[in-house]
Amino acid sequence: MSTIQDLRRRRWAPYLLPAVVLVGVAVFPLFRPPLDGFMDDCILALAYVVMALGLNLVVGFAGLLDLGYVAFYAFGLMTMGWWASDFYTGVNGEEGIHIGVSGFAATLPGIHLSFLIIVVGAILVCAVAGAIIGLPTLRLRGDYIAIVTLAFGEIIGRTFANGDEITIFNDYKLSNGRQSISPIDQIDLPLLDPFDSALNLRPYYWCIFAIVLVVLFVNFRLRDSKLGRAWIALREDEVAAASMGVPLVKTKLLSYATGGAFGGISGAFLGAYFSSVNANQFQFGFSIFILAMVILGGLGSIWGVVIGAVLLAFVNNRLIPDVLDQGFVGDKLRDIGLNFSFTEISFGVFGFILVIMMVLRPEGILPERRRQMELTEGIGDTESVFEARG
Amino acid sequence: MEAAGIPAGQALKPRRSEVVSEFISKYGLIAILIAFPAYYGIQDLIDDGNLTRIGNNLADGLSNGAIWALVALGYTLVYGIIELINFAHGEIFMIGAFTSFALWAPLGLNPDTGTVALVLGLLVTLIAAMLVSGSLNVMIERVGYRPLRGAPKLAPLITAVGFSFILQNVGILWLGASQRGVPDLIESQKELVNIVGISLSRGDLLAFAVTVPLVLLLTTFVGQSRLGKAMRATAQDPEAAKLMGINVDTTISLTFLLGGLLAGAAGLINTLYQTNVWYFQGFTAGLIAFTAAVMGGIGNLRGAVLGGLIIGCIQQISDNRIGNEWTPAVIFAYLVLIMVFRPQGLIGEETREAG
Repeated sequence: MSTIQDLRRRRWAPYLLPAVVLVGVAVFPLFRPPLDGFMDDCILALAYVVMALGLNLVVGFAGLLDLGYVAFYAFGLMTMGWWASDFYTGVNGEEGIHIGVSGFAATLPGIHLSFLIIVVGAILVCAVAGAIIGLPTLRLRGDYIAIVTLAFGEIIGRTFANGDEITIFNDYKLSNGRQSISPIDQIDLPLLDPFDSALNLRPYYWCIFAIVLVVLFVNFRLRDSKLGRAWIALREDEVAAASMGVPLVKTKLLSYATGGAFGGISGAFLGAYFSSVNANQFQFGFSIFILAMVILGGLGSIWGVVIGAVLLAFVNNRLIPDVLDQGFVGDKLRDIGLNFSFTEISFGVFGFILVIMMVLRPEGILPERRRQMELTEGIGDTESVFEARG
Repeated sequence: MEAAGIPAGQALKPRRSEVVSEFISKYGLIAILIAFPAYYGIQDLIDDGNLTRIGNNLADGLSNGAIWALVALGYTLVYGIIELINFAHGEIFMIGAFTSFALWAPLGLNPDTGTVALVLGLLVTLIAAMLVSGSLNVMIERVGYRPLRGAPKLAPLITAVGFSFILQNVGILWLGASQRGVPDLIESQKELVNIVGISLSRGDLLAFAVTVPLVLLLTTFVGQSRLGKAMRATAQDPEAAKLMGINVDTTISLTFLLGGLLAGAAGLINTLYQTNVWYFQGFTAGLIAFTAAVMGGIGNLRGAVLGGLIIGCIQQISDNRIGNEWTPAVIFAYLVLIMVFRPQGLIGEETREAG
């Protein structure tokens, strides 16, 4: 008993559990085969963590419900498609443009940039897109913001999905339309050999793990920064925040831009990992998938969102296809005559999670302390947390 | 926002920039709305020398718009009373369509059925679809929105998105994930009259024959009856309404029932008109109808009908001229433009928190 109390008194004690978990997560691929199915799920889960943390900045911190997060995923993937494939075959007299790439990719036509350059590019593209999407919502109230962001998400998704009808110049198209752009270059970092997702998944795993660490660090620093406190003030009471000198326009736009940038990073990574960019997946359902992660984990709670994202990624990639459809549960369901595929209705499952969480535990699995106070305080009186003029 | 901007008392003579922005907010949306058909009208005049094609677009658009008007009324009623964007409303419409399709076979309705039997059968289907959609909407309100009445405003909105997805997947389980053609019971494309090249089909007539009486009934109900008065009172101020002895919960349930009934009716007409059903039709329809409701001024019944008719025309022109894969993007672009220029809509009333 006393040892635990001793432990609690130490300053480093709160960091012990996260540190142990992080080290465990970092070294576990060494104990698995290089082409492990479980590692594949983990890579996807970590990529979703990055996106969920980005959406959490907008929805959880700043309290602006963004239903069009798929737009940033789309921009991230498309920057990868534009700058790391032979999609623009004709550039530079079919010689191609190569910056910072080695090996096989350096011999191909088309634009081939280093992954680092593309990540920076995706961040910039998504930040600008986020600010542009944010602009019309500045005058609007909470629920209208949700619809406008949704509309933008759909417009951008549609534009890429029909991008083969849009010519940028000469015969360069915006995208390959419903056909995917493929293959995309493998990630090729300086000082390291190019990754190869067909032979070894470990480099991809460590790459996205490093990205998650950076994003986590940025998230914690942002939350405690002046900007982060301005976001939270905005969420709690817009009018009060404005009268205390929080610049509303700048703060809101920065939240969209930062949140979007994370989506761009994750999108660019996933483009390289899938080795293809498919515009068909830019659907509203994807935004809801990510939103469900944030809601499940706990709006505004960084660790909660990480847990929510990992949980839902495994529900989507493991539980639904392998356990509910193929495994024991699926067999039992078929025995009693219920013959349907859970994979087909996976979005129904996410919808169900949204409803259940909102009705039963709106603060999420691992609530942020401040948010929990707000939520319990809000019930019963007319004061509204999300809404300035409530 | 306004509070921070204009100091009181000094705004006697508006500056030029204010005049301009006020002008844009007043007529900008109308100008954008007219520009779309006008552009293609002029193109037609140059190409064919007459306005037949755009006229046909507009005629089809109006009958399509009549369906959207019914769905938009559901959004506007609910928003008017509890200020919630009932995201699942499009799916209520879809369930209405599915219900009516499912009833045709048991009732023995097929294209060879005689006229009297067909009319009677469709009437039964109409009532059934309306009741299913209406009660479903009430149930969703009871389970999903009522427990969250005091919670932050985005909570019921997120539940609504959740329900929308649940219902979509119910649709997948019901009729599968792909579009399904349904028997063309009323030969909806058969031309009835042709006025100077503009043809009106049976489907167009049906859309108006169902929509107009329903809208009239609804406006009379909301305007004249005791329950309608209770609805309007609750919309204005729920607290005061409660003090006056109005059962607010029942009134809200009634509103959801009305919205659902209209959506169910729209579902049947849409099935007859488009001759296909699809689990995803509700999502698209929902967003189109929501745009219509916002365009007219959300919370305003006449506005929803007007918005529905306009958005129907835009949709038809876009389907016909730009290509239907772009229609959702066009509609959403309009939605964003409305939000930017005129969030209160064309004939918007000031709702409790409008602005």
